[in-house]
Amino acid sequence: MDEIQKTLLMQVADLHEVPAGAYNIRANGESAGRQSTEHIEIVPKEDKPGIDIFIKPGTRKESVHIPVLMTQTGLKELVYNDFHIGEDCDVTIVAGCGIHNGGSKTSEHSGIHSFFIGKNAKVRYVEKHYGSGEGTGERVMNPETIVNLDEGSYMEMDTVQIRGVDSTDRVTRAKLGKGAQLVIKEKLMTHGKQKATTNFYVDLDGEDSSTNVISRSVAKDSSEQTFYSHINGNNKCAGHSECDAIIMDNAVVRAIPEITANSIDASLIHEAAIGKIAGEQLIKLMTLGLTEAEAEEQIVNGFLK
Amino acid sequence: MLELKDISYHVDDGNGKDILNHIDLKIDDRFTAITGPNGGGKSTLAKMIAGIIQPTEGRIFFEGQDITELSITERANLGISFAFQQPVRFKGITVLDLIRLAAREQLSVEGACKYLAEVGLCARDYINREVNASLSGGELKRIEIATVIARGMKLSVFDEPEAGIDLWSFQNLIKVFEKMHDKTQGNIVIISHQERILDIADKIVVIANGEIQDMGSKAEILPKLLNGNLECRHNAGGCIHG
Repeated sequence: MDEIQKTLLMQVADLHEVPAGAYNIRANGESAGRQSTEHIEIVPKEDKPGIDIFIKPGTRKESVHIPVLMTQTGLKELVYNDFHIGEDCDVTIVAGCGIHNGGSKTSEHSGIHSFFIGKNAKVRYVEKHYGSGEGTGERVMNPETIVNLDEGSYMEMDTVQIRGVDSTDRVTRAKLGKGAQLVIKEKLMTHGKQKATTNFYVDLDGEDSSTNVISRSVAKDSSEQTFYSHINGNNKCAGHSECDAIIMDNAVVRAIPEITANSIDASLIHEAAIGKIAGEQLIKLMTLGLTEAEAEEQIVNGFLK
Repeated sequence: MLELKDISYHVDDGNGKDILNHIDLKIDDRFTAITGPNGGGKSTLAKMIAGIIQPTEGRIFFEGQDITELSITERANLGISFAFQQPVRFKGITVLDLIRLAAREQLSVEGACKYLAEVGLCARDYINREVNASLSGGELKRIEIATVIARGMKLSVFDEPEAGIDLWSFQNLIKVFEKMHDKTQGNIVIISHQERILDIADKIVVIANGEIQDMGSKAEILPKLLNGNLECRHNAGGCIHG
């Protein structure tokens, strides 16, 4: 791994070197390291690019890292990663993609991640996106996440994209069984002429299933963001989605919520707020001695923390 | 230390209104209370000292330097602090973050807790909470005061610290200001309607209808206010609420 790749690895997975436990590092379309453990088996797919990750039932307090690094300009890839998580597991999965584009051609990573989460299993899924490089080529990431939550299972999905990705089209589809719970926390910052679109489709099929979709975003310069959330309450269930955005400069932010109750016992809420930084927040921090720019930075950092 | 020379503030809202009218005021005492009826121009004056509002006429001097044209940030860095009447809420910024920003150093949790303890907050319960609507008015107010104490500046201006807090918090608030009066190195200006706060002051300034109506030592002014000898008592339902 070269220095640029190490920096990307640090940004997307907080890793200095190869991680402990199971991992698969994909660099410029090829495997740059893979390790399975006693409970977690990583197998490359034979019919298409990607891997299958099998986590044995009852695996607890273990983690899997699957970072993707791209430093070659003009590379475009579509990768399929499937996670088969056994019953009663309690695991953390850290994905993430870093693109360094020093050239003039578009680099693009599209990943389709499918989760099959067994009964009463608990999964924390962390996904960070990061882009760098002085080249004029665009850095594009289009992640698709498909989640199937079996009875009594739980998934928390934390996604972060705060620097350097020119274009993102994120799709998340989830189906929840009886008593299953899905929590999604999205943090997004766009700048320059970046465009980001997020689409959440959540089907609350099982009795007493619930979801909480929370998006916090900051749109700077001339960037554009669109947030769609579709929650379908098909049983006795609870759904909540929240989009909270700070708009700056000449940016554009759209929030389009859709909540559908197909059952009399579905309880669904959507909240959306878009606004600039409140003037009084800037003034308060300026009375503490911060310049307006420093105050703005603190407010944005706090908001996305 | 602070001198307001011929300060006026005129709002052009169609009717044309003088909020402040040719105010001349010198603040040298350790603890000055500014009182008077609501709408008399007190908060405008406090915001003007901090640089949040610019006077339409007149000059402001701080330690001999003309600061009239200086920004909020520049005044803050010269040694002026300001506590808001209605503390500002932030999504995501914690109490610890705010105290650290105020102190301008990466204080340890213990270091930051010290300032919260000063305002009577059980520090550990608050340090990692967000400065948002989950905190009560009284809690936000005390955190606001803690940020001003953490700055430890030459001049601290408090705009109605008693506004919006319950009676229990108020008793504690008085103690905070009594302690500040005894310990502070800098000068304090408090906008207040409260007799018990005026009672701590060295000097009391009465502002009504945009003008200084009376000014002097506590011994001189407080009895007049309590006896209702000043016009403000009749103007806006009284400036003293015991």
